[in-house]
Amino acid sequence: MLLSFLATTAIAVVVLRDLFAVVMLFGIYSLLTASIFLVLDAVDVAFTEAAVGAGISTVLMLATLALTARTEKKPRQWSPLPLVVVMITGATLIYGTLDMPRYGDPSAAIHQHVAPRYINESPHETGIPNIVTSVLASYRGYDTLGEVAVIFTAGVGVMVLLGAGTRSRKKKGEKS
Amino acid sequence: MFVAAGLTILVTMALALIRALLGPTVYDRILAVNMFGTKTVLLIAVFGFLTGRPDFLDIALAYTLINFIAIIAVLKFFEYGDLSRAGRSRAKRVRR
Repeated sequence: MLLSFLATTAIAVVVLRDLFAVVMLFGIYSLLTASIFLVLDAVDVAFTEAAVGAGISTVLMLATLALTARTEKKPRQWSPLPLVVVMITGATLIYGTLDMPRYGDPSAAIHQHVAPRYINESPHETGIPNIVTSVLASYRGYDTLGEVAVIFTAGVGVMVLLGAGTRSRKKKGEKS
Repeated sequence: MFVAAGLTILVTMALALIRALLGPTVYDRILAVNMFGTKTVLLIAVFGFLTGRPDFLDIALAYTLINFIAIIAVLKFFEYGDLSRAGRSRAKRVRR
């Protein structure tokens, strides 16, 4: 049911030429995706999807629409190449899922490698009651440190861009 | 009981989706998206109770806030045609 809604929304996004309607449909699309993630029991992923997809990216796309035109130009000629590429990629992805273990299969490879150790040993080894936190902050500590460095760099970049703008404006004598 | 509520919410979502697809004016679409967000929140809440985990209710509440912010941004865009200024000065220039 949710997946059929998703397909309907995606087709409408492709067909419609009014870009504002497309932005609205993208909001619906990410809400639907978030619902599907939630049904699949990935609450944190669903939450990120809703915050980024329905919240921030709607605002960003609207800000872009404010700077550009509101309707999409008609394509000059219809070319079959993109459709073929997309179909081949989709077929390859579906072919790739054929070898995957069934959803929730306890003998899948991902449940055999390090997960039992995390579940059994992490309270003793790290002293953190939450398993996810212990994996993020202890077992994959360097990975998380790298992520924090990346996010910090991005934040510094944004602040430099924004701060440079306001400072030059203040030099010209405008208030704030 | 929860199953019936969930099915009803799904039907309402379908109706809102149809309105968002057809919607002749932008306000139909805005209303459809807002309603779709609300229905998502309700669906999450019902699904939480359906699977015996009422802690989904907190997530549903946070979704409401996200939906609210997005709708405020959309409405501001249509009232002032711009997101960066504080409004008021261009309040008379309404786009469509």
